[in-house]
Amino acid sequence: MTTKSQAVLNWIDERFPLTSTWKAHLSEYYAPKNFNFWYFFGSLALMVLVIQIVTGIFLVMHYKPDASLNASGVPVAFASVEYIMREVPGGWLIRYLHSTGASAFFIVVYLHMFRGLLYGSYRKPRELIWIFGTLIFLALMAEAFMGYLLPWGQMSYWGAQVIVNLFSAIPIIGPDLSLVIRGDFVIGDATLNRFFSFHVIAVPLVLIGLVLAHIVALHEVGSNNPDGVEIKKKKDATGKPLDGIPFHPYYTVKDIVGVVVFLFFFSAVVFFMPEGGGYFLEYNNFIPADPLKTPPHIAPVWYFTPFYSILRAVTYPLFGLDAKFWGVVAMGASVVIIAFLPWLDRSPVKSIRYKGPIFKIALAIFLVCFFILGYLGVLAPTPGRTLVSQICSVLYFAFFLLMPWYSKLDPCKPEPERVNFK
Amino acid sequence: MKTRVINFIKRFAAVALFAPAVAMAAGASVHLDKAPVSTEPAALQHGAKLFVNYCMNCHSASFMRYNQLENIGLSESEIRDNLMFTGARVGDLMKIAMRPAESKVWFGAAPPDLTLIARQRASGDGSGADWLYTYLRQFYRDTERPTGWNNVVFENVGMPHVFWQLQGEQVAKVAQNADGSKKVELSLAKPGTLSVQEYDKAVADLVSFLVWMGEPVAEKRKSIGAIVLIFLAGMFVLSYALKKNYWKDIH
Amino acid sequence: MSVDQKMDSSRRTLLLATSAAGGVAAVATAVPFVASLTPSERAKAAGAPVEADVSKLKPGEMMTVEWRGKPVWILRRTPEMLASLDKTDEKVSDPNSEEPQQPEYAKNKHRSIKPEYLVTVGICTHLGCSPSEKFKVGAEGGMAADWPGGFLCPCHGSLFDLAGRVYSSMPAPTNLEIPPHQYLADTTILVGDDGKA
Repeated sequence: MTTKSQAVLNWIDERFPLTSTWKAHLSEYYAPKNFNFWYFFGSLALMVLVIQIVTGIFLVMHYKPDASLNASGVPVAFASVEYIMREVPGGWLIRYLHSTGASAFFIVVYLHMFRGLLYGSYRKPRELIWIFGTLIFLALMAEAFMGYLLPWGQMSYWGAQVIVNLFSAIPIIGPDLSLVIRGDFVIGDATLNRFFSFHVIAVPLVLIGLVLAHIVALHEVGSNNPDGVEIKKKKDATGKPLDGIPFHPYYTVKDIVGVVVFLFFFSAVVFFMPEGGGYFLEYNNFIPADPLKTPPHIAPVWYFTPFYSILRAVTYPLFGLDAKFWGVVAMGASVVIIAFLPWLDRSPVKSIRYKGPIFKIALAIFLVCFFILGYLGVLAPTPGRTLVSQICSVLYFAFFLLMPWYSKLDPCKPEPERVNFK
Repeated sequence: MKTRVINFIKRFAAVALFAPAVAMAAGASVHLDKAPVSTEPAALQHGAKLFVNYCMNCHSASFMRYNQLENIGLSESEIRDNLMFTGARVGDLMKIAMRPAESKVWFGAAPPDLTLIARQRASGDGSGADWLYTYLRQFYRDTERPTGWNNVVFENVGMPHVFWQLQGEQVAKVAQNADGSKKVELSLAKPGTLSVQEYDKAVADLVSFLVWMGEPVAEKRKSIGAIVLIFLAGMFVLSYALKKNYWKDIH
Repeated sequence: MSVDQKMDSSRRTLLLATSAAGGVAAVATAVPFVASLTPSERAKAAGAPVEADVSKLKPGEMMTVEWRGKPVWILRRTPEMLASLDKTDEKVSDPNSEEPQQPEYAKNKHRSIKPEYLVTVGICTHLGCSPSEKFKVGAEGGMAADWPGGFLCPCHGSLFDLAGRVYSSMPAPTNLEIPPHQYLADTTILVGDDGKA
């Protein structure tokens, strides 16, 4: 480095912790050297967040959150989305990036969460990282749900109608609560405007804050790894972990490969199948919202369907409260329970590599149930499907609630002293 | 212990595989013919002509501008002279004079805007193009309907058969399937001015136009996409080599 | 483990190549975003050429049409008005329309296709106000006694003659803009399209 640029850097460093931050979080942040495929999804989630924010900023320049009808009898909000798709130069690409980005966000985040399950990333001392992560997931669901109303198509409208009505199931305050959320007696212009405000300002701020907390907490305790051993326990004479390597350049160059591969698949969807077979952009959402006509079949977007299935699976009233209420409770619980994993898992080892068959089977059942619930959530309910979703919902909760016992009983293999790296 | 676990896995796998099948079983669907969608300018121009002559009497395409038809190879003067019947300007949206509120009184339902119809009509049964292609060819005479027409894929449709002079009149024979569902067989009772093949071709052109109109940028999108994917493939080779180079230090 | 900090040549090449490719990707990605800031099809349609029927315009009268959201004046000049241009020649800063404020076919004394009709964008070239018409000759219209008729910008007092030429030493730097236009028929003017661009 030339002395001049060194001088500039010194000038900054005396006023702002630039070099020390760079070192603490990148060039001297030691990550385990044995990260595998599953460890790409954290950085990918961060990248999708950036894609969503940038495309979102540009969409807001043209989108109009207005439910009133224009001269052609089309809601202004719906028309403004088509305006972006047809009349704004490059608008179609920005919109497809944003709509595909929403689905990509959930794909990446689900894989990121599954990684945590595989390698016990939620275990001590990473409980707070995991809780921040669960909160990010919750915020993301809120963000996606409110964003989905904005195109003001039939699925936007009726999806929001159904979900907001869920809140009315809460005893005593419920009906008033859903009224406060809507700001009207049905989903209307007031709802659209407040969802717009939440979607573009409030929730993104919360998300960015939580993501920062997630990363700060991670860098405080250090990353877990596929072997689940703490690399900080074995250090060399200079205090560097023996199995750690600086995040930069090693994981930056590695993550760039991940980003390129991700972008390849992402672009394939954006440019060749932006509707995602009707899952990323639902066909009925090309019809403007019509408060007088419900589409014959309403399904939430795919990323909500596992939880939606759990909601629908509850068909029994209990303690004098109707099934609708317990459905809402079950759905809420199915998300919130994820946050309690650090205290549910009593296994002596973190990683699935050293866990016994019971955990592996439990995780496999959980995974299959999650997929079945997701699949059933897209379909209209029938008695047979409801039964299947009930079984899967019970198994979903059993995975968490029985974990304190089966994780203790599970015959585990001993953890190694050092990470495996070939 | 071990065999029990394996048995459990087997049984579980069976349920897992079977569950989607159970879920799939219900849900009646109509059979849709595969639409021969074309992106040829000639077909799209013919479709555009049919659209403005037949559809735009009642339906608007209010997200489309006339001058966007230049993208299917028409010149501005061709658009002005052959496809515009109102006093509109070429930069105007393809709206119609009929007001939604009035048409709702006349037809019971307002004729929908057709700009996005090909995207709206997609479903698990087939693409929106398939639905439109089947729908427009399966009108039949039904004296019980106010318009005198009914349709196989859109039962009790409010729209009359606007192409009846071209297609002729079809009559339906309703039969029961073995599983109890209704099966409608159509036969041509009175031929129209077009032969069956000619009519199918005309409908295919119209549907191709509707598909194009649903997303005019679709072809451009795919060609840009090809470049993007090729670029990213090259980028992968470079970044992977870079990663390998750095990681050769790690043992 | 020792981090080898020295750059071997293949690493340097790869680093440069990947960075270059990443730079290309970043620029290419920026294209649709920057494009989205340019006028949309709707804006272009609103800015499409407008037809003006001047058959009912009497000599000495002016009409205004809207083109791209801006007022475009069409002034039918009387012989006296045209004659006044000779008098203003020495008062205006650019008598021969050297500044490219008009299409080639309007680069003449009367700054128009037909001498009779002046077609000009009614926006002052200073800061964008719309000048007001001061066609009355002399002090009658509140102007100087030797005023031959023209336009006065109310914002900063720039004066223009009846060909839209700016007087010398005025805040406005150049003559009024003549938009591209053509005659579709004898009395039908198409503003915004001269069939050349």
